[in-house]
Formats: sequence, C-alpha cells, structure tokens
Amino acid sequence: MKDILQELEGRRAVARQGGGQKRIDAQHSKGKLTARERIELLLDEGSFEEFDMFKAHRCTDFGMQDSQMPGDGVVTGWGTVNGRMVYVFSQDFTVFGGSLSETHAEKICKIMDMAMQNGAPVIGINDSGGARIQEGVASLAGYAEVFQRNIMASGVVPQISVIMGPCAGGAVYSPAMTDFIFMVKDSSYMFVTGPDVVKTVTNEVVTAEELGGASTHTKKSSVADGAFENDVEALAEIRRLVDFLPLNNREKPPVRPFFDDVNRVEDSLDTLVPDNPNTPYDMKELIQKLADEGDFFEIQQDYAKNIITGFIRLEGRSVGVVANQPMVLAGCLDIDSSRKAARFVRFCDAFEIPILTLVDVPGFLPGTSQEYGGVIKHGAKLLFAYGEATVPKVTVITRKAYGGAYDVMASKHLRGDFNYAWPTAEIAVMGAKGAVEILYRSELGDKDKIAARTKDYEDRFANPFVAAEKGFIDEVIMPHSTRKRVARAFASLRGKKLQNPWKKHDNIPL
Amino acid sequence: MFKKILIANRGEIACRVIKTARKMGIQTVAVYSDADKNALHVQMADEAYHIGPPPANQSYIVIDKIMEAIKATGAEAVHPGYGFLSENSKFAEALSAAGVAFIGPPVGAIESMGDKITSKKIAQEANVSTVPGYMGLIEDAEEAVKISNQIGYPVMIKASAGGGGKGMRIAWTDTEAREGFQSSKNEAASSFGDDRIFIEKFVTQPRHIEIQVLCDSHGNGVYLHERECSIQRRNQKVVEEAPSHFLDEATRKAMGEQAVALAHAVGYASAGTVEFIVDGNRNFYFLEMNTRLQVEHPVTELITGVDLVEQMIRVAAGEKLPFKQEDLKINGWAIENRLYAEDPYRNFLPSIGRLTRYRPPVEGATLTGGVVRNDTGVYEGGEISMYYDPMIAKLCTWAPTRAQAIEEMRVALDTFEVEGIGHNLPFVAAVMDHPKFVSGDMTTAFIAEEYPDGFDGVTLPDDALVRVAAAAAAMHRVAEIRRARISGRMDNHERHVGADWVVSVQGQDFPVSIAADKAGADVTINGACLRVESDWTPGDSIARLTVGGEMLVLKTGKITQGFRIRFRGADLKVTVRTPRQAELAQLMPEKLPPDTSKLLLCPMPGLIVKVDVEVGQEVQEGQALCTVEAMKMENILRAERTGIVSKINAGAGDSLAVDDVIMEFE
Repeated sequence: MKDILQELEGRRAVARQGGGQKRIDAQHSKGKLTARERIELLLDEGSFEEFDMFKAHRCTDFGMQDSQMPGDGVVTGWGTVNGRMVYVFSQDFTVFGGSLSETHAEKICKIMDMAMQNGAPVIGINDSGGARIQEGVASLAGYAEVFQRNIMASGVVPQISVIMGPCAGGAVYSPAMTDFIFMVKDSSYMFVTGPDVVKTVTNEVVTAEELGGASTHTKKSSVADGAFENDVEALAEIRRLVDFLPLNNREKPPVRPFFDDVNRVEDSLDTLVPDNPNTPYDMKELIQKLADEGDFFEIQQDYAKNIITGFIRLEGRSVGVVANQPMVLAGCLDIDSSRKAARFVRFCDAFEIPILTLVDVPGFLPGTSQEYGGVIKHGAKLLFAYGEATVPKVTVITRKAYGGAYDVMASKHLRGDFNYAWPTAEIAVMGAKGAVEILYRSELGDKDKIAARTKDYEDRFANPFVAAEKGFIDEVIMPHSTRKRVARAFASLRGKKLQNPWKKHDNIPL
Repeated sequence: MFKKILIANRGEIACRVIKTARKMGIQTVAVYSDADKNALHVQMADEAYHIGPPPANQSYIVIDKIMEAIKATGAEAVHPGYGFLSENSKFAEALSAAGVAFIGPPVGAIESMGDKITSKKIAQEANVSTVPGYMGLIEDAEEAVKISNQIGYPVMIKASAGGGGKGMRIAWTDTEAREGFQSSKNEAASSFGDDRIFIEKFVTQPRHIEIQVLCDSHGNGVYLHERECSIQRRNQKVVEEAPSHFLDEATRKAMGEQAVALAHAVGYASAGTVEFIVDGNRNFYFLEMNTRLQVEHPVTELITGVDLVEQMIRVAAGEKLPFKQEDLKINGWAIENRLYAEDPYRNFLPSIGRLTRYRPPVEGATLTGGVVRNDTGVYEGGEISMYYDPMIAKLCTWAPTRAQAIEEMRVALDTFEVEGIGHNLPFVAAVMDHPKFVSGDMTTAFIAEEYPDGFDGVTLPDDALVRVAAAAAAMHRVAEIRRARISGRMDNHERHVGADWVVSVQGQDFPVSIAADKAGADVTINGACLRVESDWTPGDSIARLTVGGEMLVLKTGKITQGFRIRFRGADLKVTVRTPRQAELAQLMPEKLPPDTSKLLLCPMPGLIVKVDVEVGQEVQEGQALCTVEAMKMENILRAERTGIVSKINAGAGDSLAVDDVIMEFE
C-alpha cells in the first residue's frame, strides 16, 4: 500500500519538474518564472488544485512517441484569489516549448468548460512557441476548440490573458477574444507573423520587441490593456484586477470592506476646472478623489490617452469609469478613444458593473485621417455601447459637453440614470466662437459685433442651466460634494432593472 | 488705532498680517493680481482690490495701483509685508503725501539703510562693528601688505569689478598678500578690464546671525534677540532658528545693543533687522539692515511671545512700546523651515502647478509639549504660479530645548503632505537629521559643503529602517486581511493570511513574523520583537504608529505588494511579500532605467524660448543648446558633453512638460 502511495508522490514530483531542471534554469535566466511558479503567485497560497497533471500527448509522428512528458506543456486547474474561485491555465515553456498539441488544448478546454458551468473567471497565462508542428492539423483543431470556448465564454465569465513569453501565429487569437490582455515588458511578444516572415514578405526589418512587444501593444496597437515590469508584479496586479470583477454574468460585482468616508468632501475639486476654458487639467485627479481610498485600476492607460478607462470602488463596490482627459487632445473623441471606451463600456455592461462617466469633451476630432479612418462608424461604437447598456449609469459633466460628443458621453437621452453637471459645465452644440461664426456669417467682418455675439452666446449656453431647464441635467452639483452625490446615486440604483428587447444579438457597427 | 489697513503684498505674509489685524479688530484690504484672484489672502481679507496683470512689475510693485486701491477702499494705513514695496522709500513718501500711515520705518531710515556704502558708514559712526577693510584703491603690492597687516590676517583681496570668484584671493601671510595682490590684479585686468583692487577682512567659519529690533516713534528701542540663518542655499535662507546655538550672553548683548544703537542713529521706528556675519571666534560684523518685517520673524515671535506685526501696527499708530529690554527673555527654542516649490532632486529647479494635495500638520500645541506654527498662503487645490516667489509655507516648531524643537520639526515634516508639485520637504527633513545641524556646528557654507553634488535623497540608518520595515509589514498584513474579506468567497475555503513575510526596502531584505492581536501586533524582525500599534486603515495616506515604543509618522501610498513610504526625507519603495513570493521575486531581472545620456530632457515644465543649435551641428561641452523659460526665469540648457545633434523635437514657442525630449544626439 505504501509503495502505491509513494508512486503517486514520485509521479507528481516528475510532473512538477516539467521539462527538467536545465530548462527551468533557462527559463529563469530569461527573467521568466515557470508555469507552476506563476500559478503559485496568481492564486492564494496553497489553493491550487491541478487537473490532468499526468495527461500526455498521443502523437506518434516524427519520433514523438519517444518523447513523453506528463502534463504536455500546460498546467491547468483551479484555485482562489482572495477566496474567490478562478480557473487557470499556464503554458509551460520548459515542456515542448509550451507548444499546443491536441491534448494540451483538451486540458485548456476542460477548465474552460468547468468555468462556464460553475461560473468563475478564466485566467490564461501564455508562454508558448505556437502549434505543435509534429501534430499538424490536430494542433490547429486544438486552437479552434479553444477559440470556440473563448467565444462562448465571452460575456459569461471574465476571461483574462497574461502574455508572459512568446504568443505568435494563430495562438494570438485566443487572448485576442478574452476580456483583457496584459503583457510583461521585455519578455513577452505577440504577433500574427514574426519578424522573419515580415522580412520575406514585405522587406521590413523589425525586431520581435518592436513588432509585438509590450510597448507596441499597449501604446500603438491597443491589443494589450496594460504592461508590467516583470512576472511577479504582473501576477500581483492581476489579483488586484480580479478583486474588481464579478465571478460571472449572473453575479453582482464583489463588495469589499472599505475605510473611506462616503461623505468625504474634497474642497480642492472646486478649483479643478481652470478659469480659462482652454486650459487643460488632469481628470485623473477627479477620479482619484472620487474613488474609495484613491484606488484606481486603469485599463489601457498608454493608449488613446484622451479618454481614461478603468475601475474604482465606491462604498466598496466596483464601478467602471470612463472619463475624457482634457490634458490630451483637449479630451476630444476620435477613432482610438471611441473604440477604447466602447469596449470598456460593453465589458462593464456585460458583467453588471455600474458605469460612471466624467465628461469634458469639446467634440469629435476633425480631419481627413479621422474621416478616412471611419470615425463615423468607430464613434458610433461608443454611442451604441452606452445606449444599449442597462447597468446603472451616472454621468458628471465637469466642463465642456459639445455637439454630438455630448450625446455620446452617457447623456440623459441614452438612458443615463443620473446626469449631473458642475456649475462650470457648458452644454451646447459647439463652442461660442464656432457657433457665432455660423450663426452670424454676415457680421464676420465686424470684430466688435462678433465679440458681442460671442458673449451673448456664452452667457446663454456656457453653463449647465439651459440643459437643466430641459431636464437633461438632473441636478447641478457642487464639485466638492461629487463623491457623496455619485456614491449616493449608485446606491439608489442597486435595484435597477432594465431589459432590452429580445434579439438574437445586436449589430454594433464593428 | 486704525480702522482699516491695506496689505500691499500677497501670499503667506499677507495672510500673516491679516490674522493679526483681525485679532486687533482692524478691517483688512487685500490687493491681488489676475493670477491671485482665488488666492488665500484674497479669501481671508475683508475686502479685496484688483491691481492688474500677474507680473509684479505691473501690479504689486506699481505704486500708483496701490495708491488707487487705498483711495478706493479708504484704508488708513498700509502694511507692505516683505519684498515688493516694503523697502521702497518712494512708496513710503507717496503714502505720507496722501496722509496714509506706512506700517514700517520712516522714509529717512529706509533710504539710509538701503544703500550699502551709506549704511556701513552710518554703522561705523554709531560704533557698530563692521568688516574691517580698505575701500580705497591700492597702488602696489607693498601697500597691499601694509593694509593687510592693519586689517589683520586672514584677508580677502578682491577685484572691485569682481564676481564669480574671479580676481579673488585669500591671504594668511605677507607673502600670500603680495602674490595675491598681483594675481588678483592681473586676473581682474584680463577678466574685467578693470584692475582696481580692494582688501577686507576674510571672515572664517562665517555664520549669519541677525538681530531683531523694534523701535517706537518716542525714542524707545529694544532688541528681541537673534536669529541664526546660516543654512542658506545660494544666499537664500532655508532654515532659521532662534536663538542661536553659537552666541553666548555677552555676544548676544553686544550685538543687540549695537543693533539698537544703529536703529536709533537713523531714527528708526518699526520692526527691523540688523544682519551680522559672525566668525568662528564670535567676532561679529555688520552686514546690512533690513528695514522691514523679515520672512523668518516667526521664530522670534515664538521665543519672545511678541507679535511683531501687532507692534508694527501700534508703532505706526503712534503708540509706545509696551515693554522694556529687561522684559524680553528668551523662552525655549524655535526653528523655521521654508518649504519651497523647488525640486531638490533636480537641483532645486522651480516647480509650478496645482497643489493636488496640501495637508500641513495641525497648528498649536503638540502632545509632546511643543508648538507647531505654519504660515502659508496656499491651500489644497490652489496654484503655485510662475509669477512669484515659489514659497509654499514657513513651517515653525517651538519646544523648550533645541533638540526637542528639532524633533518636533521632524515629526511636523513627516506629517506635512504636499503633492502635485516638486518641493523641498525631503531636503529640509534631511537637514533636520544632519549631524552638523543637530550639533549646531554650521556655517553659511553648510549646504555647499555637505551637499556639493546636490541632493539625491536620504538613506535611512539601520535602526530607523527596521522600524519602517516592521511598520510596513504590519500595515501590509492589515491590507491583505481586508482583501481576503471580499464578498463572493468560497465558504470555509477562505484565504488564510499568513504570519511570515519578507520586507524589502533600501536594498535589504528583512524576514519578519507577525503575531497580531486586537490592539496591535508583535513583529519579530532582525531577532528582535517590536510591538507595532496604530489606528491606520488601508487608504490612509498618513500612518501614525508606535513601533518598539517609538512614535513613527509615515506618509504612505499603495504600490504593488507594498507601499511607497516617505519618512525623514527618505523616499522608499517598500515591498512586503510572503517568503515564497520573495523567493520568486529574487529571480526577476533588475531593469536599468533607460539611457538618457543621448537626450536633452526638459528639466522643468516651461516654454521653449529659443533653440540655439541645428540638426547635424557639432556641439561642445557647455555650449548653449536651448533656452527654457519657467517661473519667468530663462534657463539655458547646455551640452553635457561634445556630440552631434541628430534630432530636434521642439521649437521656440513650444510648451513642454518635465522630461519631454527636446533634442537627441548621435
């Protein structure tokens, strides 16, 4: 009997060694942790339960029958993050370079199926050389099985991808369909075709880092939602993100004990908006001063910085924040910022996370590059996302809310629940100067007249009261009491029920 | 007494004057420029009058504008504060012509003390000790030796047109005097085209010590003892204290009596300051007299209990001084630190912008028997503008002894929160812990000698580091337990937050073990058990703790797996990990900051005034590359080494943020 028990221990020990000490050392020397070490850091201490530890591939081509390693290049299972259940897979680069075989894919599919059934997030740690070439189409089939599950799980349980090594070719499309992608600086990259193929086909010379490193994907392509310095920091921050998310689409977002005064007054917000309407200010200050304990988890902070997206808590409950950033491009909407915010709004709506929108938007960015790039359809994505969202929506207009961009930014007309404005708000079709130039074209030669007209327009529209008279603004609030007002508004919406008409699915302008 | 006074100033000093006026039941009028529309002094005053655009030379120092404000508001007297019009005799004359009282000395006193040569002459006549020297021109080396002997070695041989150390020699002997004269003369001729030379006493181990005087218009005058202001950076005072650690009773009395004698000699009536330079043997020499309220006057108020502004107002209203010299005793010790919006890590470059957080320590009596006073003109959400002096506040502490006053100051600085702009809090905190300052053994060269390469932060000594590590571990545990109490947990399978941690700070790893109870935690670290107690909860930016019986105030911010902690001038990244996390963290590569040696970065937020070079141009070390204007100062950025300009990213008129790349080199 004892021998049998010992055999289990022995087999486990072998499996835990993955590709062996030499390959583990090689992994470490690249500044990377092993698949199991990563899981240890991701999950609560001692909470990981592994599945399919001994699963092995079935390939017999190219001498693969002689090369068997338990686990087959991916570690899968479940555990807890601060006591809440998550499913996890972590590709093991020390075993066949983490390449994806039919069986490797089966292991991933198994935990994804369980996650869907049991209502818990899936966190995938990617570190793989790609398809197991020896397996041919079986490997491709494996990818597609995973893709299909990514698609089915989308909007059912949160899916988070952490890229901690190579992720190339077809492999990129699994993370691409998850809710969030995070990368590790200098040790991860993602691309559909690598530098060698790029060189052959287009003659471009580019390094893997330039083509698909963390910097590329967080700043240029927006494929990734964030990047971290190293594996340890990345996994600690993923734990922090998980604390903001519900386990599935049937549950409310989590509530955490908080130590911040709901009625905290921030007098400094009364001077946040500068006297000069063309002077920028940092919208992040408002977000930080509103949030419980100033805690803000930003999503895509290096991309389309003219809009800010991320999670805060109010009274310990998760809230998604979308805010125009006057510091960048005056906070205007453009293709990139519309796409970024639209995706974030849809994530929040899918997972019952209430949305707070902070508005200071001068309009859409004009220009040929925008029109040629399809700003009409991209801008419509954000409009669509806000309009279809049924979660509690609270909006605060701090300064400008001009033109169509006013409508887009969670206006009353898009079923905003609470639409507040600061006394500094200006809600109008456009800025006074532009409006006067159109309305009084015949007087353009006369500077004094135009100045008087401009002043008239400002007096009439450069305030929140015209909109308030019409009921488009529910109340004009003092900046210093914004935290209290917003928190109270969300508290009143905890029982909100709103159903969109039945449809197979909508047809958002993709 | 006046019913209404106008304060022809701004910032903390305007607020300071308003406070006393209010106490005396006098109405106050503030004046303000466009940049100060929302300033604290405007909010505090009973009335405010707009006097023009932001630059001081178009508002605060335009006499006509102030006169207009006086007329419009009916103020009966004007307090000028310091700076601006405070020592402008024309302003005093204009007031007198308009029949408005000037809360300051008579015009004649301002004029005679305003001129360096006249003031020295008057001082000599009043038997005030002045720096011995020969102001006439010296013909040859032998005459130089003769004069040097009359003055007494060491002497300084100076070019009349000199500056920047050129044409300056120190001589301790006849031979050195002879040689020094010749070389100074040659250097002066070649550098300035003017070879006139003069000689004066060279003051060794100089300290800056000044005497506060107060006179009424009835011939009474007293001195309110001294202030030591030796801690200066480029002639700007940073730390002041009263009394001076260095003076003995006899010197104090001699200096005080000479200062009063000088004041009487010019018919002084108001508060004034006589500045002396004091050498290592307590010989003191008159430097100049400031005919106004001094920035650092609060330390004198704290040790004498006299409200100097109140006395200035009373004297201006013709009242007699209510005390005699023998009534003015020194009670305890007071220290002032000037907090400037200057970034100590960037060679004290001015920093402007919005104060996103400004939480000074609570004023008044402390639990440890001291007093905290903070004179300020700003508030959270306010703006430090580029137009004026970048002072944020004057933080003062008082205690019965110097050592206690320093300790009170350390705690007050630890509690002081300033965010949104760069500031010198870490630097003054470092000075408060500097052994030379603590011992009182300092000269005016303190900063130049102790921080020759600038300031790059504080390294905490081991005992303090251990306490910080223990505190961080206990705090982290509290934060982790809170995280583990999130909703949606699997019942009976909750996360267990452990007792063992590894704290990494300042390059050291401390394994710690925590045994917590309701009141606090016993933290075992470095073989010792430290009791940690605190009411800190996650999210509090200030953590007040007792660690091993010692009080600790930490400024904290959350970072991944730990805290950013600012304490005693040190800015620490403290990580707290489980032993396993720490073990794995060891495997992480150390990432070096990106190489910026081939880049010219903008050192401060500012406006590019001009770019002096072109792409492809070869530049020499020290060559001007471009000019950035910030705080109305034109800063010329120079090449650190020889190189070729490969790219220019900014042009004249561009407004840049800190660390924006202006140009690149090959």
